[in-house]
Amino acid sequence: MGFKRDQLIAVLMLLPSILLIALFVYGFIGNTVYVSMTDWGKDAALALDPVKNFVGLKNYADLFTGFLDGRFRQDLVNAVFYSFFLVAGSLAFGLFLAVLLDRNPKGERFFQTVFLYPLSLSFIVSGTIWRWLLAPDGGLNVLPVFIGLPKLEFQWLSSLETTLTFNWQYLPRLLVIMISLVVLVISLFILGKGSRKTGAGVGILGFLLLAIGIFGKDLLPTILFMEEIHGLNMATIGIIIAAVWQYSGYTMALFLAGLRGIPRDLVKAARLDGASEWQYYRRIAIPMLKPITLSAVIILSHISLKIFDLIFAMTGPDNVEAGHPSLLMYLTTFRANQFAKGASIAVVLFILAAIFIVPYIVSSYQGRKAAEL
Amino acid sequence: MKSICKRLFLVTLMTIGAIAFSFSTMAGGHLKGELEIFSWWAGDEGPALEALIDLYKKQHPGVKVINATVTGGSGINAKAVLKTRMLGGNPPDSFQVHAGQELIGTWVKAKRMEDLTPIFKEMGWMNKFPKDLINLIGTDEGIWSVPVNIHRSNVMWYVPANLKKWGVKAPKSWADFLSIAPKLKAKGVTPLALATNWTANHLWESVALGVLGPDKYDKLWTGELSFASSDAQKVWEMFGKILMHTNTDASSLSWQQATDMVVNGQAAFNIMGDWAAGYMSTTLKLKPGKDFGWAASPDTGGVFMFLADSFGLPKGVTNRDNAIAWLKVLGSREGGDAFNPLKGSISSRLDSDLGKYNAYLQSAAADFGKNRIVGSLAHGVTANEGFMNDFATVMGMFLKSRNAKQGSMAAQAIAIQNGIATK
Amino acid sequence: MKTQISPGRLILYSLLILMVIVYLIPVYMTIITALKFPEDINLLTSWDFPDRINWGSFSQAYDKLGPNLTNSIILTITATILSTLLGSLNGYVFSKWKFRGSETIFTLFLFGMFIPYQIILIPLFQVLRALNIYGGLPGLILAHVVYGIPITSLIFRNFYAQIPTGLIKSAQLDGAGFFRIYCRIVFPLSAPGFVVASIWQFTQIWNEFLWGICLTRHTSNPITVGLAQLAGGQAVNWNMPMAGSIMAGLPVVLVYIFLGKYFIRGLLEGAIKE
Repeated sequence: MGFKRDQLIAVLMLLPSILLIALFVYGFIGNTVYVSMTDWGKDAALALDPVKNFVGLKNYADLFTGFLDGRFRQDLVNAVFYSFFLVAGSLAFGLFLAVLLDRNPKGERFFQTVFLYPLSLSFIVSGTIWRWLLAPDGGLNVLPVFIGLPKLEFQWLSSLETTLTFNWQYLPRLLVIMISLVVLVISLFILGKGSRKTGAGVGILGFLLLAIGIFGKDLLPTILFMEEIHGLNMATIGIIIAAVWQYSGYTMALFLAGLRGIPRDLVKAARLDGASEWQYYRRIAIPMLKPITLSAVIILSHISLKIFDLIFAMTGPDNVEAGHPSLLMYLTTFRANQFAKGASIAVVLFILAAIFIVPYIVSSYQGRKAAEL
Repeated sequence: MKSICKRLFLVTLMTIGAIAFSFSTMAGGHLKGELEIFSWWAGDEGPALEALIDLYKKQHPGVKVINATVTGGSGINAKAVLKTRMLGGNPPDSFQVHAGQELIGTWVKAKRMEDLTPIFKEMGWMNKFPKDLINLIGTDEGIWSVPVNIHRSNVMWYVPANLKKWGVKAPKSWADFLSIAPKLKAKGVTPLALATNWTANHLWESVALGVLGPDKYDKLWTGELSFASSDAQKVWEMFGKILMHTNTDASSLSWQQATDMVVNGQAAFNIMGDWAAGYMSTTLKLKPGKDFGWAASPDTGGVFMFLADSFGLPKGVTNRDNAIAWLKVLGSREGGDAFNPLKGSISSRLDSDLGKYNAYLQSAAADFGKNRIVGSLAHGVTANEGFMNDFATVMGMFLKSRNAKQGSMAAQAIAIQNGIATK
Repeated sequence: MKTQISPGRLILYSLLILMVIVYLIPVYMTIITALKFPEDINLLTSWDFPDRINWGSFSQAYDKLGPNLTNSIILTITATILSTLLGSLNGYVFSKWKFRGSETIFTLFLFGMFIPYQIILIPLFQVLRALNIYGGLPGLILAHVVYGIPITSLIFRNFYAQIPTGLIKSAQLDGAGFFRIYCRIVFPLSAPGFVVASIWQFTQIWNEFLWGICLTRHTSNPITVGLAQLAGGQAVNWNMPMAGSIMAGLPVVLVYIFLGKYFIRGLLEGAIKE
């Protein structure tokens, strides 16, 4: 039979790609995970055949609780803020622009082109440009002068100020408090559904956790012997602005496609019911964008982990205040010769990405399976 | 359509073939007639390197020189790029490295360098360089690089006319500095210009030398004086006080921009190595002694904190013969005297022609002859790269927390971790 | 009769124009700074159009970036062609020759699209070294082709899903095999798919930085690395980095402006189609 033979050819044609992906993606990830559990680093790290001893999870313990790795923890906190603000900012701006364009203005194509072009640029190009705009003697600070205000004095990229600070020593307590709040919300949700018993049970658990978090100073370990303050560094603001400028066009395109995808009948029905524009968007259109928002959140948070280039171009690799684990991985590995530690930073970064990506990919897989049935 | 499809795949196959072919030629043959020199001397430090390359080209006109520079003062970016090159098994033919532990502790320990003793013997260099310098670039197993210059790290720069205008004198001690700083601030002048993070390390070593004195400073590196001792803690305390009188936008400036602040009259002083003299005299065309002045950094009079740039020969380079010829130019008297006056450093050779050097450099050469010599931390003389990198982290923490006790304890911890101290 | 502009429309247009200004400010700043002489660049006049035009910024920047541009062009074109062809074949198999486990394999492919590349950086060195292709463009091309497989396969798989399976089936009945169907039926219909996939790959590869800085020697650096070098050193003369930014940004912006429709399609592909 020809079909069978052709099917075999099909598999054979796919085989090179399968092998490449197996090696370059999965094999390499495995290798990096292994390297992260060795002591490859320091003096003779660059020998042709470096000595690597297995040390288990020591590098990870150092990263989170070792007192020399404060920069990693700062960068991790930065990463959370970068991701949050990039996602929130792009969603807000993108939705705003999409709603404007959904009103069918004249020259819509022109507007779309303008809002989307930054996306085609490299982070290095946009970073270079924004670095100039935000330089102490650069353009942005002098803008208020044109409308008669004094010039801004903010040090966009070199500010040492920090807000929203917390002490890393008490991270376990903070985490417990955060979990307790989530549990309490869930309990309210269950109560709302009508099942009193389970709701109350979950609620009690939530309060218990909250109490442990707030009062359990001695119950939970302090993970550092000294105080270490982290928070939102003001030096990251400029980089976030540049990133949002670049990526809000992307969410705009997604949302606009979503808004245009709403069936005309539904729009008409809303009009007939006398819904105002505002009500239409609030009640009908925006709720329908939920699935798109979800994929936008996932893709943007994944992009935010690649902010390496933008930071490199805007502040150079050595601005601790604006750092990011992806940059620290590069410096730790290639400048400090600590390959194992660099690998463990990469693994942390990878896990962060996987938290978002794996559910997304699995659900899309199930979606395809369901579509076939 | 069918033929297009076929042709496309044929072309693809041919491209793959071509790439495979280029792999094999790259793997097999030597690209004759090239020399890739890797350094971080870009921009303002470029002309000095160009002078050397010109000299090389005159002697070896057939060689195409690839000047691979990676920008970033003190090699902050270059070191990472070099690491990737070595790791990828594609070393540049010759690369810039600070003489001292940066060379020994990183590359020699990893057995990635060729022993240059035969070249030193052949050229009769063994007694042409200061004995101490040769010790610094050699181990029991060999000599590992050719030094091209001597820089001084502990120099304070200023503009004499500006100081006169503001009614201050260059401070001899940090106590002096702290007393005149408020006066300068009141006039709207930044007392001390500082730039991006590595320049903070640079400032720290000068402060440490000033506060500890040369004997105790040396003992830090042999492990005889703990970084956590009360003496060492005083360094951090003084350093913290000095930082209060620096510009707030430091981390976004290059070292040249910090020097510019002094030249423009925005700042009174800047502590920087004497490549700043090269920048001011070569790029800004200022006259040493007249347009800009200098002094040993406070409390370090009579001590010369030095560092040296050198070039080594990695194992397994593509153009080994060309690289050896390059090293011979570097170590020659003409090479040193072509390079150093432009770079703003003194020659590493004992027999250099001082007539070619400007007023600052002549004074530096004189000081080098009679001063007490100590090595620089920020530029790789006293400590290995592991310590230097960790120290940058500790510095980052300190710039944020300004906690002297924490700073000195952290410094001791990294000294232990990097094999400098033993408890 | 002219229609009156309603207040709602007025607000809409003023908001749109305001946003256009916000989005174009960096371009304006880049162009005017690139056209200034270094000594004319200062804080007070940073927003003014230059009094005298300095075209020299571009030739100066080109002197530095010329080799990088050449590298990027070679790199981008080769890697784009190779990875789209590979993607087209994969997409063809994934959509028209499904077999047991092909969906799982496809899902495993997709995962490769979303990893932060730091996680594969260290072994990538070792493998490129072992293959003796570290440092030059071939190694970089290989990396881009391999890590481009997921997205190109996705684009083509979704694209070929629109080709009716009946068409394939009847060709099979006529005795056409795997390659003949591809060349006779699938490939001739593929032009839009190739445009979408190659635009996507073109912009990605042109804009890439991390591998550029890690995997190439000086003479093989792509444009992004060259630009970072140009801007990262002595950031005093801003006209040169700005001219360099224009050079590095123009090719992708042009592609985007002229082929924007396909660009957006590539963009939406990953997010909405699933």
